Amino acid sequence: MKQKLVVIGAGMASGRVLEQLTETAPDAFDITLFNAEPRGNYNRIMLSPVLSGEKTYVEIITHDDAWYAARGVKTVLGQAVTKIDRAAKTVTSAGVETPYDQLIIATGSAPFIIPVPGHKLSGVVTYRDLEDTNAMIAAAKPGAKAVVIGGGLLGLEAAAGMQLRGMEVVVIHLMGHLMERQLDPAAGYLLQKSLEQRGMKIHCKGATKAILGKDRVEAVLLEDGTVYDADIVCMAVGIRPEVRLANDAHLDVGRGITVNDAMQTSDPAIWAVGECVEHDKQLFGLVAPLYDQAKVLAQALLGQAAAFRPVQTATKLKVTGCDLFSAGDFADAPGREDIVFRDPARGVYKRLVIEGDKLIGAVMYGDTADGNWFFGLIKDGSDITTMRETLIFGPAYQGGATADPTAAVAALPPSAEICGCNGVCKGKIVEAVLAGANTLDLVRSTTKASASCGTCTGLVEQVMAVTLGDGFTANANPAMCKCTDHTHEDVRRLIKAGSLKSIPAVMQELGWKSVGGCASCRPALNYYLLADWPTEYQDDRQSRFVNERNHANIQKDGTYSVVPRMWGGVTTPAELRAIADAADKYDVPMVKVTGGQRIDLLGVKKADLPAMWADLNAAGMVSGHAYSKGLRTVKTCVGSEFCRFGTQDSTGLGIKLEKLLWGSWTPAKVKLGVSGCPRNCAEATCKDIGVICVDSGYEISVAGAAGMDVRETEFLIKARTEAEAMEIIAAFVQLYRENSRYLHRIYKWVAKVGLDWCRAQVEDPATRRALYDRFMLSQSVYQTDPWAELSQPDQLAQWAPMADLSLEAAE
Amino acid sequence: MTLWMDIGALTDIPQQGARVVKTAAGCVAVFRTADDQVFAIDDACPHKGGPLSEGIVHGSSVTCPLHAWVFSLETGMAQGADTGAVNSYPARVEAGRILLDASRLARRAAA
Repeated sequence: MKQKLVVIGAGMASGRVLEQLTETAPDAFDITLFNAEPRGNYNRIMLSPVLSGEKTYVEIITHDDAWYAARGVKTVLGQAVTKIDRAAKTVTSAGVETPYDQLIIATGSAPFIIPVPGHKLSGVVTYRDLEDTNAMIAAAKPGAKAVVIGGGLLGLEAAAGMQLRGMEVVVIHLMGHLMERQLDPAAGYLLQKSLEQRGMKIHCKGATKAILGKDRVEAVLLEDGTVYDADIVCMAVGIRPEVRLANDAHLDVGRGITVNDAMQTSDPAIWAVGECVEHDKQLFGLVAPLYDQAKVLAQALLGQAAAFRPVQTATKLKVTGCDLFSAGDFADAPGREDIVFRDPARGVYKRLVIEGDKLIGAVMYGDTADGNWFFGLIKDGSDITTMRETLIFGPAYQGGATADPTAAVAALPPSAEICGCNGVCKGKIVEAVLAGANTLDLVRSTTKASASCGTCTGLVEQVMAVTLGDGFTANANPAMCKCTDHTHEDVRRLIKAGSLKSIPAVMQELGWKSVGGCASCRPALNYYLLADWPTEYQDDRQSRFVNERNHANIQKDGTYSVVPRMWGGVTTPAELRAIADAADKYDVPMVKVTGGQRIDLLGVKKADLPAMWADLNAAGMVSGHAYSKGLRTVKTCVGSEFCRFGTQDSTGLGIKLEKLLWGSWTPAKVKLGVSGCPRNCAEATCKDIGVICVDSGYEISVAGAAGMDVRETEFLIKARTEAEAMEIIAAFVQLYRENSRYLHRIYKWVAKVGLDWCRAQVEDPATRRALYDRFMLSQSVYQTDPWAELSQPDQLAQWAPMADLSLEAAE
Repeated sequence: MTLWMDIGALTDIPQQGARVVKTAAGCVAVFRTADDQVFAIDDACPHKGGPLSEGIVHGSSVTCPLHAWVFSLETGMAQGADTGAVNSYPARVEAGRILLDASRLARRAAA
């Protein structure tokens, strides 16, 4: 006699079970299919193309009425099963009891609704079934506004679909980057950029506070106060297994309905399959494992031995134009290594995660052609040792025995594009090299290859190496740090060329190899950005070395030194009293006169800094920036005011220069000296910039040093007037700010660019004026006293411990 | 036994920054990374006692401000060629508050 099989839920998993059963054993069961939705099985993952208008509902039906009829499956559609009676072996739907011998629960999952105020307003939908899809399609009038809450797989597909239907779409995502479960931050960033380029607005780190509206939804309010107008709101923040029926029937339920390897629940006559089940503490959301479950369940029902073993799954985003693939495990963990390939200009990113000799994860964006091949390596646990060097290039390069990266490049056809930014193919580079361009710079200038974003520099060098053979020597200029292959010079150039205006943007666009950089590149990038974009970039305090972050010099014991500015080395009795008072009040262990003509208070505790600054501020003093890569001091002699040899007011000029230049950030510290006559009492000729006053004006010399290296300044230019001297010096400082690499003092920079070039810049009145104007623009932002800012009442907490447990812990 | 103690709000610490918690046996540095993870380790570098809380935080590492030793915030181990370690303490964030394991801190004080 035929057994009675009842199936609850017509989803993709149960559809597959029915196919398997009716194919292998058409006469084994008398099947009744219940579905709460008023239709049979359809391909739910194809709802996205339906939403976007690329497909119609009819095209995604997997099992139509005729299919059920032909196989004798009785269907009860649009009617939910409300109860399972395990003792009587019946299910109840609309008051009617249907008996079963075997029961399959395939209730799938229910979308998660964030219970914010307004979540029940009309116009708030989830993205789960055809009803939701149709609601979104109905709302899609051109110009209508949609807000999607949730930037995961489903949310982005909903967003893309509605956008294709002409709506203005905002995606609000709680996490720092899109699809954080499938993508690492880098790929998430590329995805976000690509979606934004198509006009979608993405708001990451956005927490929904309320959905606003009277009768129906009008807007969405975020915790940060942002409001987005909305004609429809789609919540796609996640799903949870639909387990209510199973719970009511007292089956074992964890997060999902607990099943064994044969997909059997705690009741031997009841089986479960699909998104509603929990197997070995794992839930399943993607279709591949569900199909595996369906196969196992069909076999088990027919009395065959079968066991469900979850396998790795891969994800692809079904958004037209966004090529995205992820598989396996790609989280950072000890013992794991990354192979990363980036071509930001083409929007290509590939990351392979390797553990031991196996590939365990892959994230790809922009070019996913090799995704399935990588997925195969992950699934099979293949040993990738022999192909590791060329693995990232995909299966095309795994043919021969020689896994030499240059061999891969050698194998490229002449038409292969090497530089995506400038559309330069391999043939063109080879041609240029054969015509005599034997250095990277020459290749750059003749072909433009790697001259824009620079990411393909390595590839260009490989093409050169293949072409030139032993005649090729790679660029000797070392990389900025271990986080990148770019030199400081490249990074500065690319920041300007690409209008990169934040540290994350630089790291992303230039293909940084580390997460968050390191203690060596972060301060450099912060400097480059604030120097190049003074009015747009926001100084990042956390990317500064402790001295600049705390505006005081850290000492070996963790205390700090405080140095107030003494303009040109001139002070007053009142200032000296205030300094003495501060030294007393804060128990300063040492008061020392510095080489830069000012006073150093050493051994100050961090917690005392703001109060001490406030006291010194009150006496009219500001930070001396004795800790900064910036203008330190202008050392002066007494000059014509008092000195019988003085030719000009060197003290006065020194003070004016210090007042002009203070507060500016520079690649390394900058010290000036102004001497009133060639006797040079201010030792101006071993400073970064020195001025020697003579009867006829001011001789400005630069690039001196009196540290690890000692060198005399070299004559730059002579100024007739004080005003001219000041403009030249400010312009020269700006030239240095704009062109030097970080931490190079002026003498090192001048040695690189040449004094003649520097002189040509400041000699030309127009260039000089432009430099001066850019310097003053930067000063309009940065010439502020950090002491005054950081000693404000709302800034005080940060200088003290956040908690004091010393008493509690002692008990 | 773990005894979670509220020591302040997550927002009390800047992203990629640190603050210290004073205990009888010296300071513990509490770090907040760019992705809002929180870690607690001893505030003294084993090399020359540098205050790690004043270092530059990058990824889940910190570089000591005195001589640039790099430590993993997750394990407290020195990275790269340097060898050494600092104690690390269980820390977590719940509803925007930072919780430290007080029992571990107390054992540290007693040691």
